[in-house]
Amino acid sequence: MKRSSLFVLQLLFTLLVCAFMLVPVLMSLLAGLTRNFFVGLSSGLTFDWLIQVWQAYSPTVWLSLQLALACAVCVCVIGVPAAYALVRMNNRFSRAFEELMVLPVAMPGLASALALLLTYGQFGSFRSSWVFILVGHVLFTLPFLVRPVMAVMQRQQLPVLEEAAASLGAGPIKRFFSVVVPNCRAGILAGVLMVVTLSLGEFNLTWMLHTPMTKTLPVGLADSYASARLEIASAYTLIFLLMIVPLLIALQAISARLSRGERR
Amino acid sequence: MAASAKHAAWALAPAFAVLLAFWLLPLAHLMVLGAESRDSNGSGYWQVLSSAQYLGSLGQTLVLAVVVTLVALVIGGISGVFLARHQFFGRSALVALLTFPLAFPGVVVGFLVILLAGRQGLLASLGLQLAGERWIFAYSLAGLFVGYLYFSIPRVILTVMAACESLDRSLEEAAHSLGAGHWRVVCDVIVPGLAPALASCGAICFATSMGAFGTAFTLGTRLNVTPVAIYNVFTNYANFAVAAALSVVLGAVTWAVLLLTRRLVKNAGTVL
Repeated sequence: MKRSSLFVLQLLFTLLVCAFMLVPVLMSLLAGLTRNFFVGLSSGLTFDWLIQVWQAYSPTVWLSLQLALACAVCVCVIGVPAAYALVRMNNRFSRAFEELMVLPVAMPGLASALALLLTYGQFGSFRSSWVFILVGHVLFTLPFLVRPVMAVMQRQQLPVLEEAAASLGAGPIKRFFSVVVPNCRAGILAGVLMVVTLSLGEFNLTWMLHTPMTKTLPVGLADSYASARLEIASAYTLIFLLMIVPLLIALQAISARLSRGERR
Repeated sequence: MAASAKHAAWALAPAFAVLLAFWLLPLAHLMVLGAESRDSNGSGYWQVLSSAQYLGSLGQTLVLAVVVTLVALVIGGISGVFLARHQFFGRSALVALLTFPLAFPGVVVGFLVILLAGRQGLLASLGLQLAGERWIFAYSLAGLFVGYLYFSIPRVILTVMAACESLDRSLEEAAHSLGAGHWRVVCDVIVPGLAPALASCGAICFATSMGAFGTAFTLGTRLNVTPVAIYNVFTNYANFAVAAALSVVLGAVTWAVLLLTRRLVKNAGTVL
C-alpha cells in the first residue's frame, strides 16, 4: 500500500514529538550509569551511582511505597462506596459531589497543601507523622479511582444482578460486597494502579506537607537535583522510573482491556 | 428504588466527610486568612492586588499557561489525529512511549529540561559543536515553557485519540467527495468535531500549568511564577496572609477558567 507524502510528514512530526519526550529520559538513564557524564561514555559504565543513591536515599523509597499502598487502601475504602452511591443516586446532589471531588485535582496543589498546613499544622504529632502527607495524597487521588469504578458500574447489568440478590434475601451490605464489588474488579484495579502511580510521584502537595523525618521519593529527588552531582540525581531518577514504568505498562494493558469490554 | 437511593447516600458519607474535613474547611480557612492583615499593611488580598510584583507574577503565569496550552493543543492535535487514523508497524509502541510522561511528576520533568537545555545539557554541547557557544535556556521562562509542554502534550494526544474514535468519518468522506482539499477538511470538519474535547483538555492543561510547582522549583526559585511566589512568601517571609491570598487568587483564576470551559462545552470526555 502506498502512503501519501502527508502520511510521511505526519509520521515524521510524531516521531519528532516522541524524540522530545524520550531523549531526555534516555539521557537521564545514561547519566545515571556513566562513570563521569562530563567525560562521556568513554569513562565507562558503572552501578556505583545507583548504590550510592540507595545508601543515601533508600528510606525515601520505602516511605513512598508505604504511602502509596496506604493511599490505595484508603481511597478504595472511601472511593468504591462513593462511586456506587454516585451511580445509584444520579441526581443534582451527586453531580455536585462529583464536581467537588475533582476540585482538589484541578486546584493548584500548593494551595491545597497550604490550606491543610495552616489549618492542621498546629497539631504537632499529626503534622510530623506521615499520615499528614497521606491525607493530601488521598484528596488528590480520590477521583482517579472513583471515575474508572463508576464507568464500570454504569456499564454492567448491575441493577439486575442486585435485584436478583435482593429477591433472594441479601441485605444492602451483603449485596454490596458479594455482588457489586466483585463485578467492578477491573475498574477497581485500574483505579488502584493509577492511584499508586500518582501517589509515588506526587510532589506539589508533598513538598509543603513533608518534614525532615518524612521525606518521600519525589522530595528526595528535588533534594538531589538541588544539591547532588548530576550522576547521582540521574541514578535516583532511574530508580524512580524503574518503580513507575511497570505500573504504567500494567495500567495501559488494563485500560485496553476495559475499553475492549466497553465495545463488546 | 427510593430506598436504594437512600442506602446509596450513606455510602457517600465517608468520602464526603474526608473532603469536608480536609479540603473544604481548610480552604475556607485559607480564604479567611487571606483577609487578615499583619503590621498595618492591609489585608493579604489588598497587598496582592496592589503590588506590581504579585500582579506581574500572576500575569506571567497566566500568559505562560495560555501559550503552553495552545502550543500543546496544536502539537498534540496533529499527532493525536495521525495516531488515531493510521495503522502501521510500531504504532502501539509509539502511543505507549508518548503517554508515559503523563505520570512523571513536575520535579522529574524539571530535571529532564535541565538535561536537555541546562549547563551540561544536550543542547549546550550541540551548540558548542555547531555555533561555538552553549545553548542554555533551562533556567528561564523558556525552560519552564519546555517543561510544561512536556507534560501537556501526552494529555492532549490521549484525549484527541479518544475523541477521534467517536468522530463520524463519513462526514470527511462527504467533504472530500465534494471536492474539499485536505486543509478544508481539517479546518471545517475535523477541528470542529474535536472542538469539545480540545477545549476541555485545554482547560485541564491550563489548570495544571497554573499550579505546576515542581518544575519551576527544580529549574530555580528565581522564576517569577505564582506557585514559586507563594512558596517564597510562605517559607522565606512567613507571611501567611499574603501566601493565603495569593493561593486563593491563583485557585480562583484556575477555577474560573475551568468553569467557563464547562459552560461553553457540555459533556466532553476528558482524561484527567
